[in-house]
Amino acid sequence: MLLSSLGEKKMKYWRKPLDADKVKVPHGKVRIIKDRCKGCGFCVEYCPRDVLELTDEFNIKGYHFPHAKNEEACVNCGLCELVCPEFAIYNIPAEELEEKDDQG
Amino acid sequence: MNEKHPMDYLLREDRIPHIWCPGCGLGSSVSCFIMALEDSGLDLNKVVVVSGIGCTGRVAGYINLDSFHTTHGRAIPFATGLALANPELKVVVYSGDGDLIAIGGNHLIHAARRNINMTVICVNNFLYGMTGGQVGPTTPLYAKATTSPYGNFERPFNLVYLAAASGAVYVARWTALHLRRLTKSMTEALQKKGFSFIEIISPCPTSYARRNRLGDGLDQMKFYHDNSIIRHGADPKEADIGFQTKIVVGKFIDVERPDYHTFLTEGLAKVVGERK
Ligand code: SF4
Ligand code: SF4
Ligand code: SF4
Repeated sequence: MLLSSLGEKKMKYWRKPLDADKVKVPHGKVRIIKDRCKGCGFCVEYCPRDVLELTDEFNIKGYHFPHAKNEEACVNCGLCELVCPEFAIYNIPAEELEEKDDQG
Repeated sequence: MNEKHPMDYLLREDRIPHIWCPGCGLGSSVSCFIMALEDSGLDLNKVVVVSGIGCTGRVAGYINLDSFHTTHGRAIPFATGLALANPELKVVVYSGDGDLIAIGGNHLIHAARRNINMTVICVNNFLYGMTGGQVGPTTPLYAKATTSPYGNFERPFNLVYLAAASGAVYVARWTALHLRRLTKSMTEALQKKGFSFIEIISPCPTSYARRNRLGDGLDQMKFYHDNSIIRHGADPKEADIGFQTKIVVGKFIDVERPDYHTFLTEGLAKVVGERK
């Protein structure tokens, strides 16, 4: 219950709208300032779309930082940006996805 | 590190990365605070942040507003001076339980009693984190600290009950995981006139969790996720926190009462007449 409410500000999707098939899906991209990260894993755990995972690489301070394993799934909810204690990750809106057909 | 983060404009970037431990919830609370500052619509030139000593006491040094890092326990008296000297300011005290409840506890109850116009954000990690994990008046019964290796046998303060009983007009409690709700409460508190109080239960992997074998910051966040009960309007008296018990969160108090400055100006006007 808590999780669904975490992203409520920008992502009101727990009740599916009737015109869901016509509405454009908000889509985002994540930016990671890897050398600020301390590898706490909060963003990975609480991203509602399971976009992130920690890499095996080390940053300058020796921490494993996250990367987007499936950025296509990002809904630009901003949760990763808010939960990150290090100001190391943020989201930006991508061009909104048109109907799948348009994507070819 | 010249990449920019959208919140950097409210941070003293040259001091980032901050000193807080990996998995500490303090940084998450500051993200929420920055969002709340944006949402509040306040003129940020008139917002002041005051901290005392401790891990949370560093917040004043990281926020890029007029901010003051005061002596241990004395953030509230300092903030009271600011609020009275310039009533146009929105004064925010951002400090920890050791600073606000232990060392400065007397200041807290009297600022609440007088209804001084300020917002107090108290990050509660249940002990003195920075100085090495000593027991404090917020340590849950039976929890371990460096100075209570067999467990703490004192009954702790219930902070929301303390603030409410002392006269705060706005009282809320959230954990560091309730990001949106915490942001909303911070926004409401910033917009509220009078003494508002928000307690944030926050992971402290280095001191509290380590002494009590509770795992890392993420484990504590998962505990909050599974054990928080949202109960708006609950009686703060019923919101005691025990060692690893359920945590009642929500907005407990939101009432209107004239603040000290209003009483002062109206009272004075009656006695000596309006001054030009
Ligand atoms: S904005 Fe962040 S938390 Fe939200 S879906 Fe995208 S990666 Fe996940
Ligand atoms: S929340 Fe921030 S510090 Fe933690 S793993 Fe993600 S990017 Fe790194
Ligand atoms: S000692 Fe605890 S409260 Fe202080 S920075 Fe470390 S984790 Fe955070």
